[in-house]
Amino acid sequence: MNFLFHVGNYLLMLYRVFGKFTPWSIMRQLVLKEIDTLIIGSLGTVIFLSFFVGGVVTIQTALNIENPLIPKTIVGFATRQSIILEFSPTLVSIIMAGKVGSYITSSIATMRVTEQIDALKIMGVNTFNYLIFPKIIAMMIYPILITFSMAFGIYGGYLAAVYGGFGTTSDFIAGVTQDFQPYHVVYAYIKTVVFAFILATIPSYHGYFSKGGSLQVGKAATISFIWTSTVIIVVNYFLTQLMLT
Amino acid sequence: MIRIEKLHKQFDGNYVLEDITTTFDLGKTNLIIGESGSGKTVLVKCMLSLHQIDSGDIIYENRRLGDLDGEDLIDLREQMGMVFQGSALFDSMTVEENVAFPLKMHTKKSKDEILDLTESIIQRVNLLNSNKKFPNELSGGMQKRVAIARAVVTKPRYLFCDEPNSGLDPYTAMLIDNLIAEITQEYQITTIINTHDMNSVLEIGEKITFLKNGKKNWEGTKHEILTSSTKEVRDFLYSNKVFRELGKYVGPPETE
Repeated sequence: MNFLFHVGNYLLMLYRVFGKFTPWSIMRQLVLKEIDTLIIGSLGTVIFLSFFVGGVVTIQTALNIENPLIPKTIVGFATRQSIILEFSPTLVSIIMAGKVGSYITSSIATMRVTEQIDALKIMGVNTFNYLIFPKIIAMMIYPILITFSMAFGIYGGYLAAVYGGFGTTSDFIAGVTQDFQPYHVVYAYIKTVVFAFILATIPSYHGYFSKGGSLQVGKAATISFIWTSTVIIVVNYFLTQLMLT
Repeated sequence: MIRIEKLHKQFDGNYVLEDITTTFDLGKTNLIIGESGSGKTVLVKCMLSLHQIDSGDIIYENRRLGDLDGEDLIDLREQMGMVFQGSALFDSMTVEENVAFPLKMHTKKSKDEILDLTESIIQRVNLLNSNKKFPNELSGGMQKRVAIARAVVTKPRYLFCDEPNSGLDPYTAMLIDNLIAEITQEYQITTIINTHDMNSVLEIGEKITFLKNGKKNWEGTKHEILTSSTKEVRDFLYSNKVFRELGKYVGPPETE
């Protein structure tokens, strides 16, 4: 029952987000600020992680191929598929649930405990629209971040393959371009947009409806991370089933 | 004027407000006083529709708060100003931006007009040299003054103050009290102040409502409270040694 209450309350929150709109002059500034914090602020982390994970995927694949009949191009192929299909859209989103999600939850929850949300309400502001809508809009350019993740993941894999002695440049590039299906990239971006919406709204829900003091802000951020990553994993399963089978 | 009729509010089956009936008059500083936990803040939050009431009515002029929702409630809230106990200033905005925020949200004034109005109200609360500072760079008293400036910049019809001088030294507290009283007179608004500070009561209490355990126990003016014979009021008023001394000079209690 408690779970159903939260699902209903979350849906009601989404409905209210699109209620009375904040004047565009203020909303524009809020959206730009959120893009700076949520997207540009995460660029370094995403590039760093993707670069090294791409390298590790390459090394692991190369080390596990013992059969001389398997072509060397498989290393580039496996790296591309792992990075584009799963690592960049899904695992980076789970990492972002920790970074961006915790930030969203704790910033909104802090506004709740310091009565800033009540102050906005008294001023006649639709607090759902003012606080959550800019985050949703900012997260809609999250696919750009994932594009960087894909590019640097594959580049990290390439450097690991060539400079680690696991293959040649031509083998790796042949692998990366082998059996390339543009639909896989479309699938990855559709997942990314869905995850972006989840990353903006579930942490916002946990922040907005948090109660108590500073201890509860930390608790809300933890619960928010657990729920955001759980929902991403479950939605990922259904989207994969729906789009790739 | 705001009228409250037979208001009841409970949390988890426990009544925190019971059968409250009172009025808050236009152009006056109306004080709600009482011990911690007596229901003062809950009453104010009910009046602001931040808490839903269980029964009774809250009536603004001729508008019943319970009948308002959506746009109507937002319209009413645009006529309210609130000074929170912890000031509730927006951390990411400067003093000037905090004060200008309600104007940007609800008026179609030009940038220059908003800037003029903001500067004049900041000057009114004596903070002109701090308008580019952020809230965390200000003292408690200065934060309260910014909160007052932000609450009255749109010239609301109703001003609510939740313990506006808590945590302040007596001198700064008196300045804040007087500032609120002056603004109430100047703008002819209905001001409701929630406090347990007896200095505020005697300084600016034009109409006082005393709450005890969630019930209205006494109502009157600052002159009447000194001579009240109601035991609970006297216990509250004369719990302070200074006031006990003062009590010796104010004559016999009035008959109630």
